[in-house]
Amino acid sequence: MKSFIAERGVVAPMDRANVDTDLIIPKQFLKSIRRSGFGPHLFDELRYLDEGYPGQDCSKRPQNMEFALNLPRYQGASILLARENFGCGSSREHAPWALEDQGFRCIIAPSFADIFYNNCFKNGILPIVLGADVVDSLFRELYAAEGYKLKVDLEAQQVTTPSGDVYGFEVDEFRRHCLLKGLDDIGLTLEDAAMIRAYEQTARERSPWLFDVIK
Amino acid sequence: MAAQTLYDKLWQSHVVVQRDDGSALIYIDRHLIHEVTSPQAFEGLRLAGRSLWRRDANLAVPDHNVPTERVERSGGVAGIADPISRLQVQTLDDNCRDYDIVEFEINDRRQGIVHVVGPEQGATLPGMTVVCGDSHTSTHGALGALAHGIGTSEVEHVLATQCLIQQKMKNMLVRIDGSLQKGVTAKDVVLAVIGKIGTAGGSGYAMEFGGEVVRNMSMEGRMTMCNMSIEAGARMGMVAVDDITLDYVRGRTYAPTGDMWEQAVAAWRELHSDDDAHFDRVVELRGEDIKPQVTWGTSPEMVLPIDGHLPDPAKIENHTQREGVLRALEYMGLQAGMPITAIRPDRVFIGSCTNSRIEDLRSAAAVVRGKRVASSVKQALVVPGSGEVKQQAEAEGLDRIFIDAGMEWREPGCSMCLAMNADKLGAGEHCASTSNRNFEGRQGFGGRTHLVSPAMAAAAAIAGHFVDVREW
Repeated sequence: MKSFIAERGVVAPMDRANVDTDLIIPKQFLKSIRRSGFGPHLFDELRYLDEGYPGQDCSKRPQNMEFALNLPRYQGASILLARENFGCGSSREHAPWALEDQGFRCIIAPSFADIFYNNCFKNGILPIVLGADVVDSLFRELYAAEGYKLKVDLEAQQVTTPSGDVYGFEVDEFRRHCLLKGLDDIGLTLEDAAMIRAYEQTARERSPWLFDVIK
Repeated sequence: MAAQTLYDKLWQSHVVVQRDDGSALIYIDRHLIHEVTSPQAFEGLRLAGRSLWRRDANLAVPDHNVPTERVERSGGVAGIADPISRLQVQTLDDNCRDYDIVEFEINDRRQGIVHVVGPEQGATLPGMTVVCGDSHTSTHGALGALAHGIGTSEVEHVLATQCLIQQKMKNMLVRIDGSLQKGVTAKDVVLAVIGKIGTAGGSGYAMEFGGEVVRNMSMEGRMTMCNMSIEAGARMGMVAVDDITLDYVRGRTYAPTGDMWEQAVAAWRELHSDDDAHFDRVVELRGEDIKPQVTWGTSPEMVLPIDGHLPDPAKIENHTQREGVLRALEYMGLQAGMPITAIRPDRVFIGSCTNSRIEDLRSAAAVVRGKRVASSVKQALVVPGSGEVKQQAEAEGLDRIFIDAGMEWREPGCSMCLAMNADKLGAGEHCASTSNRNFEGRQGFGGRTHLVSPAMAAAAAIAGHFVDVREW
């Protein structure tokens, strides 16, 4: 996994509450058995005027120029500013895969859905929770200034605006550690293989109906 | 020992390692696998040269992509017309063969929607930790299990280690006391809960459903409620074990028998929140107050009772909320202030992991018996949740009732809940659907979903518009 230490980048707005994972990446693209290539279909139904299908060349599709992410000023953005309950709905990891593939490394919102939030950390994306009033003011600054950039520092757990305002954010210690180092958490867990085996031994004695039934 | 909630008990009994940073390694008893979220996990396992930790903890079934039309279905995997869907289902078969994982293949009698199949086979049991790369895994919490959806990275983690690294959630109790009016079902109750607390209301919580209404509810109803806890923001929903749970589990294929059954029951009897357990949040509803519910917008929280009228954005002060309502009205092609009963579905879908169990089909059949689908309704699909549900429904003659009414009786699968197969809405079409999500485009590009109970969907199919099933 890519590590995340700090990011200074252009911010793009996703100015609506309850953005669901169906909206982030529609179901027809979930048929892929690969992990990459979802970027051109990020927000497919908002971004294009026609219906998308897997494997097509998106460069020739009619774009919806009312959708903010299509505007020239937001091209190359690496930070997404969003509203409440971002990433609600399905558990599809294709949602962070699409965001990452499109170049987003960080999402800032007043709140995230639990499964999506967790999935971000597995893909080198940092989801940051800031107060609704702070997010509101960031939206105002973003709309007022073309080329608006934020600096995100995971080590210091701070977001810094162009005018020098600094906002601290909370992040769970284990997730922070993994993201900073770009750690493979399966490898970490396997370091405890003996503990897992010991647990299984006890569980087998206590609840034998949980073992060797499906075979 | 301090009083514990059901969630506290399930969590504590599965801790392998408690770490100083607040995270814990949690053991997973059952891992359910389907074709959409698993291919990249198996690929990851292969690329890292890792082996499967414990094969008998896994059970696989294809459900999202499978065709539900008998002709296409009869050709098995090779007969799936869409080559991309076919490859995904084939990849599941290949992976299960390579790793020796038990799979109910496409035309196995036990095949069906993973969240219908698990409890039906006794593959998910009380007291288990159950995960699957699907957010509606919360369904299995109805059995008194700790069950939640995970992403593909975690699918790989479970395949490789039989564990997950988790942070403990807060406890929420949703208590529904009193009794339900005739015609009001579990679906209406859970939609009313979502309407009350919002789609983020349960974020950060494990949600237990309790109270007299839930205690009197069938397992099918409890599964419907836990299924949609995720639509209330809670990735896990659960209900305490009682006699209704045990009666449901007894005799299922993978459930224990004989002395082991008695031993299991003794353990399962403890799976309830202690009387004085602490909940971080308690939400209360009265059963009598709940009317049949219909969603009108593009989020499950945009829900109203059948006698309600659509909201007027002009009367909403909060900017983000007002914009949300405006956008939803526009997407849905509906007018502020119009009555719910004026909405006319073009299609009707009875199915999904929320409402495709035998009780759901019985309730829909009771409404349509001897009647005909309205001429304005282009299609009414009935998709049983599994091969076993289908067989049971046919033994009871329910298929004839649906067919005689002008409905289509299909093969089991996820179908039009998320339209990954051929069953989908056309742009602009309204659907009375027993599924769980009314997001934009969920049931097809430009499609407009209204979430309802099976009885309400059936009544709308006959009447041609939403009607109050209490007066049916």
